[in-house]
Amino acid sequence: MSSADIYREIILDYYRNPRNYGKIENPDISQKDSNPLCGDELEMHINLRENKVADVKFTGKGCAISQASASMLTELIMGKDFDFVKKLTKEDILENLGLHELGPARIKCALLSLKVLKYGIYSYVSEKLNDTVSADKIKEEASGLF
Amino acid sequence: MQTSVINIESIRNDFPILKRKVHKDKPLVYFDNAATSQKPIQVIDSISNYYLNYNSNIHRAVHELAEESTAAYELTRDKVAKFINVKNRVELIFVRGTTEAINLIAYSWGRQNVQKDDIVVTTEYEHHSNIVPWQILTKEKGAKLEYIGVDDNGELILDQLDTYLDTGKVKLVTFSQMSNVLGTISKTEEIIKKCRQKGVRVLVDGAQSVPHLKVDIQKLDCDFFAFSAHKMLGPTGVGVLWARKELLENMVPFNTGGDMIREVHKYETTWNDLPYKFEAGTPNIADVIGFSAALDYLDKIGMDKVREHEVELTKYALDKISAVKGIVLYGPPDITKRGGVISFNLGDIHPHDLATIIDEDGIAIRSGHHCAQVLMERLDVSATSRASFYIYNTKEEVDVFIRSLNRARELFRL
Repeated sequence: MSSADIYREIILDYYRNPRNYGKIENPDISQKDSNPLCGDELEMHINLRENKVADVKFTGKGCAISQASASMLTELIMGKDFDFVKKLTKEDILENLGLHELGPARIKCALLSLKVLKYGIYSYVSEKLNDTVSADKIKEEASGLF
Repeated sequence: MQTSVINIESIRNDFPILKRKVHKDKPLVYFDNAATSQKPIQVIDSISNYYLNYNSNIHRAVHELAEESTAAYELTRDKVAKFINVKNRVELIFVRGTTEAINLIAYSWGRQNVQKDDIVVTTEYEHHSNIVPWQILTKEKGAKLEYIGVDDNGELILDQLDTYLDTGKVKLVTFSQMSNVLGTISKTEEIIKKCRQKGVRVLVDGAQSVPHLKVDIQKLDCDFFAFSAHKMLGPTGVGVLWARKELLENMVPFNTGGDMIREVHKYETTWNDLPYKFEAGTPNIADVIGFSAALDYLDKIGMDKVREHEVELTKYALDKISAVKGIVLYGPPDITKRGGVISFNLGDIHPHDLATIIDEDGIAIRSGHHCAQVLMERLDVSATSRASFYIYNTKEEVDVFIRSLNRARELFRL
């Protein structure tokens, strides 16, 4: 993908004016991760109600791709069924961003948000729902992202 | 538009990689020399000549191939001794790189000489390789790790060193001769002098300095010195540790096994002489031999000329980049205090985005924390972009780079 295709108006807009930026007090899910290669950081907070995402916020620092990806992911899952959120894939994220052909170095930037989300769900499912079987599956998906 | 001091055209002809195109048709502009330099054909040929004609293990066998390989390997040691003016060749240990050299010192010297409540002093502009080994050592020993701070010009605040030295508890001061992020050239001789007056050992990380400046170990008068071959036209996987003989003799081996022993019995072993005591196992023979050709290459140009060329090019680049709107530069403004490294940020473009954009124009720069997260914290940034030069870089390439920065500004609507 050329830079002109990557850094479209919408990506820059989400980078400079991130939606759902911030923190939630006492969230049901709280997860933080970074990409050690480039130092991008992301923290995501989620509240669940009646098996739906009642609220989601993120904070972080990093490149336009990682921050826009996180912000757009929060919009994608807001109000959605927890089952829908659990099933999100790498392809869903890239589709959502409109970035289909990122090279190996930059695809990690786009997928950091999903990695944080999946690890957050893993902790929630294993610790609060005590469902280790589903949790392990989600953990495997998270670690397989990059 | 070449710089005046060296014949860049003939130098560039020696580097096959500089002829390749990237992103289909863009000439490569390689500005990531602080990470690793490119290799001239002389180095590549020397490595392949070893494998083609006299590949064999060194030191032990008596056949002709082994005699040739041993001679070539040991010749590199002699050349290193001459290159950095070391008096006694046995004080030079071949290692994998600067990182391994520092780890060796932390393990073999540090564990014996740093005790509870002692202080190890490093600086805020160190590479992680000159921080982490000391964190581990000081934690293990209940000792303290202290940092010499960096001022707003990107220089070390040496008053802080005096304060630490006055405690009488400092066992080691360790610092880079040139910062890999800011390009700052440390006041190396002054720091060493201060330490020696107090009887404190000094380690100098020369990974960024030896490739670009004339270094004279005898004149420096430090205790330990480390650098890597791959940042100075040589192959990866070769580094050099120099230390005073009396220190090396009293240090325990880092790795143990073949070649580093004198006699092995069931329950007792005696160590080989220096430098072999610290070179266990089959070393990186081919690349040590290749390093020889790199030293010859730099010797032929002359390190003074290398420095002159880089000063001229860096000055040109700093002038041009300062005029780019929204640029923030890090490091000393005074050209005599810095090497050919320019760290910067451009508007709110994250360095990774910037590096992606200008890569499309064929320009290879580094973006991120440059293994110097302590310095990033000090600068209060999460990352910077870094362009770093070497003998084959030209002012025309700087112009391509500046045009590309302006294209990035347009893409980000700055």
